[in-house]
Amino acid sequence: MRLAYTEDQELFRDTVRDFLADRCTTADVRAAWAADTAISARWVELAKVGVTGIVVPEEHDGLGMGDEELAAVLVEAGRAALPEPLLESAVAAGLFAEFAPDAGWLAEIAAGRAAASVLLPGQRLAVEAAAADVLVIGLADGDLHVATPADCVLTAQRSVDRSRKLFTVDFTPTARTLVASDTQRALARAADRGALGAAAQLLGLTRRMLDTTVEYAKQRVQRGVPIGSHQSVQHHLANVLIKLEFARPVVLRAAYSLARDLPSAARDVSMAKIYAGEAADLAARNCLQVHGAIGYTEEHDLHLFMKRAWALGTAWGDAGVHRDRIAADLLGDAPAPPTPAF
Amino acid sequence: MDLEFTEQEQEFRREARAWLTANVPAERLPSMDTREGFEAHRAWERKLFDARWAVVSWPREYGGREAGLTEWLIFEEEYYRAGAPGRVSQNGIFLFAPTLFEFGTREQQDRYLPAMAAGEEIWVQGWSEPEAGSDLANVRSRAERDEERGGWRLSGQKIWSSRGTWGHRLFGLFRTDPQAQRHRGLTYFMVDLAAEGVTVRPIPQLDGEPGFAEVFLDDVFVPDADVLGGVDEGWKIMIATTGSERGLNLRSPGRFAAPANRLIELYKRDPRPAERDAVVRAWMDADAYRLFTFGTVTKLQAGGAIGADSSINKVFWSEMDVELHATALRLLGEAGELDDGDGGWLDGFLFALGGPIYAGTNEIQRNTIAERILGLPRAK
Repeated sequence: MRLAYTEDQELFRDTVRDFLADRCTTADVRAAWAADTAISARWVELAKVGVTGIVVPEEHDGLGMGDEELAAVLVEAGRAALPEPLLESAVAAGLFAEFAPDAGWLAEIAAGRAAASVLLPGQRLAVEAAAADVLVIGLADGDLHVATPADCVLTAQRSVDRSRKLFTVDFTPTARTLVASDTQRALARAADRGALGAAAQLLGLTRRMLDTTVEYAKQRVQRGVPIGSHQSVQHHLANVLIKLEFARPVVLRAAYSLARDLPSAARDVSMAKIYAGEAADLAARNCLQVHGAIGYTEEHDLHLFMKRAWALGTAWGDAGVHRDRIAADLLGDAPAPPTPAF
Repeated sequence: MDLEFTEQEQEFRREARAWLTANVPAERLPSMDTREGFEAHRAWERKLFDARWAVVSWPREYGGREAGLTEWLIFEEEYYRAGAPGRVSQNGIFLFAPTLFEFGTREQQDRYLPAMAAGEEIWVQGWSEPEAGSDLANVRSRAERDEERGGWRLSGQKIWSSRGTWGHRLFGLFRTDPQAQRHRGLTYFMVDLAAEGVTVRPIPQLDGEPGFAEVFLDDVFVPDADVLGGVDEGWKIMIATTGSERGLNLRSPGRFAAPANRLIELYKRDPRPAERDAVVRAWMDADAYRLFTFGTVTKLQAGGAIGADSSINKVFWSEMDVELHATALRLLGEAGELDDGDGGWLDGFLFALGGPIYAGTNEIQRNTIAERILGLPRAK
């Protein structure tokens, strides 16, 4: 029994953390807010570190790793509020590897020459659908399509997090775009990977908000003392740490279950999304409260992380969707939701 | 990552389950805080001891099985899953024994551990005092040197001593150097509650039973042999004990997994949709606690220490326990207020309410988390 990453996994994660500390600063995140697409020159650099090819099989120039490594890296992406569609490309890569390994996209994604977006059954919004090179679209009937933005009518939508370039997608399936049928199970698994990835990013976001606020509370002096010496402030931040520390092993276990396709994987992923979402929610509220008015501005960096947390809290199934799924499994009081769950 | 149990661990689980299935009393024992219940629980402890299930993690010579941390957690899961009685000796075997193993002399270990494991001597905690609850550095009870008899004379008052009413021996801190500041000058003593000068006053807890006691000490002689660790070294020894109390020693995940699963069954018998989310929440929290604990075990097995992390642990389990039982009472509806209600949920609720108070209140734990883990300046 060992509930922790391996040394190799930690080493990879630390490399990514260092890279992002250097190449994804809050100024970089703000630049993504201002641009039409968040996909920047950094995407190729991320590829060089191996990040875009984590789940791409080795024969297509990827690292051939799985959900555990993806989750470890996405925690770091969350900590940095990395704006690129790393998770979406990874979910797409998983579907390519299973249904269209020879379409050429895997090596392109691994090399950072292409970015992919996805739209799974139940999802209404696709991240970076216009700037992505390829869109993987799963339909509720189990048909899986691979399209380009030109095959779709895309309508831009504005996220609370302006670095998330969202689109609604009007897509007419054709025989040319169809790559597989009866893929419901794979689509459900892809959706679970998405939810796990969102949960992992939420952990990183929580840590970042907490660290930023602890520093602030140590330095900000009012009435002659640092505000962090007040019990009320201490308790706000302790509560965030407690939420975070209990969400972490839940996310780790979900990655483990999903990587091995265990029978409990769906439930474990839902629990991870709920726990990480709650941790990030509490972090956003308490850290905003501790910052006071300065935290309520766009001049301070805190909002970059809060807004990403709110966005990822609803993306890939909100808490209610995931609670329903767990309740159905535990209590059997509702029909299991159709798969994929969102 | 590897979340599987080894074949040896699974065999250990099967063996524990088989024995518990065959031996757990069919009827719930009376409360351990009644005279009758206290003796019934001691008899159960004896039965566990005779089958070598009382202290599975201890060395064989003291009645244990030398089980590792993971096996111990497995045993706890099976113990609570089987609905076995609460452990009347828990303050001894889970709180005090780890300290005795770490700081006791060989003679002290030989003298006290076997009797503790067999349920012959029930240990009572002597932490709090009227002026020192979660602030143990403020302990006033004192010990004065008695050179002639080779020991110490203890005077003062301890309060909120669990199992104090019928227990046999007390462990706790006394001030040996009245000049020293707060946490200096304290010594850890083991006191015979039958000794001359000891007066015990039972205090009924919320459930009406005298689970607490107030212990008055008036010039009670304690020989040098019953000083644990060095004179004036009591604080660091106490820290080790309270770490056990807040950490996983006293609150293994099995303690919450069992009621969480019973809660699921309770809901299924009479579903109240308004409580559905609370039921799911209780189950998830018990599951998260289990995962967190396995994460801690992984850390310990890699040579790490728990330290202030036990404060995170303590806040989580104590608040989860209250919510879990409160949810059960709501599910029971009108029957929730009945003393002898379905499944002992009311007793469990009353017991759980103590969690956020004892072992250092949760307010103190949150300060510790903020200051020692997050590095915030000391609270004023």
